[in-house]
Amino acid sequence: MGGMAAPQVVPVESPDTVEVPEADRPWVTIVWNDPVNLMTYVTWVFQKLFGYNREKAERLMLDVHHKGRAIVSSGMRERMEYDASRLHGYGLWATVDKP
Amino acid sequence: MTLFVRRDGQFVARFGPGEATAVHQVLGEIVSLLTDGFDHGDPVVERLFPDVYPDDPADSTELRRYTEDDLKAAKLDQAGSVLATLPARGGEVRLDDEQAEAWLRALNDARLALGLRLDIRDDTDVVVELDDAVMRDPTSARVEALSVYEYLTYVQLSLVEVVTGG
Repeated sequence: MGGMAAPQVVPVESPDTVEVPEADRPWVTIVWNDPVNLMTYVTWVFQKLFGYNREKAERLMLDVHHKGRAIVSSGMRERMEYDASRLHGYGLWATVDKP
Repeated sequence: MTLFVRRDGQFVARFGPGEATAVHQVLGEIVSLLTDGFDHGDPVVERLFPDVYPDDPADSTELRRYTEDDLKAAKLDQAGSVLATLPARGGEVRLDDEQAEAWLRALNDARLALGLRLDIRDDTDVVVELDDAVMRDPTSARVEALSVYEYLTYVQLSLVEVVTGG
């Protein structure tokens, strides 16, 4: 690229950068790490409850394991409360938040 | 060595009398915890019924009013399913898909309860803990509880493996 002038790029206002109003942002269900729950069990629960394929379920499980937490679903508040309650039925430590 | 095998569309395992007694006892304790002994101040209850909004006790309590009874009933059902399908003096267990799921969930509740009591942490090596406890006093309650915890882990691992076809 030596000697060639790079074309000047003029920054333009992108619609992608427009702030999403808080009311429209989704709620999330978070699963927290736990020293007791088995990795294969947690993967199975994610597949079972959310219909995720094995690869996605394993990735989420590993996020929980290594990062301490992972967002496992997002959407309307009531739906997230329902997801958290179902996860509690399987003994996973789940909470709901609005990031 | 695996405990559960898949046979004719069912999950089949054989339990010795000592193992069956231990599982019955632990799940019986879960049942009492969910009925007569239900107390939100108990750390095990707190873990089995976590706050959905950890930073907002009022919202958590409000939501609990709608979800707790169902969750409690589900946990009682899954413990009851194990107690009903496992002969108290040991023997063969045959589970269909629904019963296998109830077993996995009930075993998890029991391990969570024992894990809290035993102070199991991320870096806890249960085998090392058990060896240490045996050295100190082989007849202690801790040795007993650690052995049961390790055994339930083995049962749950075996069942989840065969259920997921792994």
